Amino acid sequence: MTEVSVTKEDAVTSGDLVVLKSVNKHFGALHVLQDIDLTIARGEVVVVIGPSGSGKSTLCRTINRLETIDEGAITIDGKPLPQEGKALARLRADVGMVFQSFNLFAHKTVLENVMLGQIKVRKVDKAKAEEKARALLDRVGVGTQADKYPAQLSGGQQQRVAIARALAMDPKVMLFDEPTSALDPEMINEVLEVMQQLARDGMTMIVVTHEMGFARSAANRVVFMADGRIVEEAAPDQFFSNPRSDRAKDFLSKILHH
Amino acid sequence: MTVKLTALSAVGSLVWGTLLAAMRVSPVPLMRGFGTFYVNVVRNIPLTVIILFSSLGLADIFGATMGSDDFAVQGFRLAVLGLAGYTAAFVCEAIRSGINTVPMGQAEAARAIGLSFTQTLTLVVLPQAFRSVIGPLANVLIALTKNTTVAAAIGVAEAAYLMKTMIENEAQTLLIGAVFAFGFVVLTLPTGLILGWLGKRLAVKR
Repeated sequence: MTEVSVTKEDAVTSGDLVVLKSVNKHFGALHVLQDIDLTIARGEVVVVIGPSGSGKSTLCRTINRLETIDEGAITIDGKPLPQEGKALARLRADVGMVFQSFNLFAHKTVLENVMLGQIKVRKVDKAKAEEKARALLDRVGVGTQADKYPAQLSGGQQQRVAIARALAMDPKVMLFDEPTSALDPEMINEVLEVMQQLARDGMTMIVVTHEMGFARSAANRVVFMADGRIVEEAAPDQFFSNPRSDRAKDFLSKILHH
Repeated sequence: MTVKLTALSAVGSLVWGTLLAAMRVSPVPLMRGFGTFYVNVVRNIPLTVIILFSSLGLADIFGATMGSDDFAVQGFRLAVLGLAGYTAAFVCEAIRSGINTVPMGQAEAARAIGLSFTQTLTLVVLPQAFRSVIGPLANVLIALTKNTTVAAAIGVAEAAYLMKTMIENEAQTLLIGAVFAFGFVVLTLPTGLILGWLGKRLAVKR
């Protein structure tokens, strides 16, 4: 992963990786995603922000089909999202996901958590998987915790393990669904630093977050969602200093006052 | 005989019960339907009827010899089949309630790294589910140990059968009854204690 040191400018120009076309989804009467069109280029870091209930998490989860969609199309690396089954499992292996609540496998050690997917999905042999797992754990700064169980780690450490677990699959794109929302303030930074590093290494990332600082410093593009729609898309500087829509102005005025 | 009957039926019911539980949570409607049907039919039929059916129905009408001509061996194998099939319904429901204690996020994370449904179930969900239902499973196994007495009905020489023979030949009804009751406590008490200890040791911390 680190060996592939593409600079961000090169990467961005090499084509679209994730494309959502007029995606619609309902939860009963609630129209949670309304005509979503979104394209993410290779190597791009897109931060999705917006008020609670605006559909950001749902959007993120549709990309690896943890949520199904009612209408529209999603393609990843040129291939449409398959139906449930083997093809979908293969695709999910290429799409890393980090959850708000970490979701580390509670009955396995940290090391086993990072090895499981490599062995069972990628069919890597055990020694190689362990070597890679240890290297990744070192990279996210929890190498010394490898033999502990998830419950023995702090939230920040657990989330960094979860990032390592996703990276172990060599994903083409990483989805982050509010990765720091369940963390104590002092642990947020250790997770954000890992994510910043990933962004610098050229990983394609879709990040749903409330961390405006991260959006400003790491994102290529900010997507602002409200009430199931994409209201505004812009470069971070432009979005934070000069939002065009009233809805975005209102949202920013509420969060940036403090 | 009682111990052997219990052990074999326990293994059979755990395997079949786990498969049934997997069917009941599977995404395939046909399998879900079969699992639900099996559990609801089998657990609502008295065990005596099931055991008698496996002897009279399976053996005499359908001619299932269970790979043996010897009547005693055949009876024993049929008893194992009946007991395992019956107990599996209860094992299934215990495991299914265990599956419900595993947070959704565990299965989502497993699917997100590309594990198939079967892998998600066997590598992530079931290992955690088992740990949380060791208590209820101990109940089921203790009940199974005692239920083996029903096999006497088809002439399997387990404890109750021996007791009946002894009472017919001796006059010490109370004493014989007490000895056999004590024998069962000796069998079941350690089962409960060991599984209770195991349950505590293996508990998944969240």
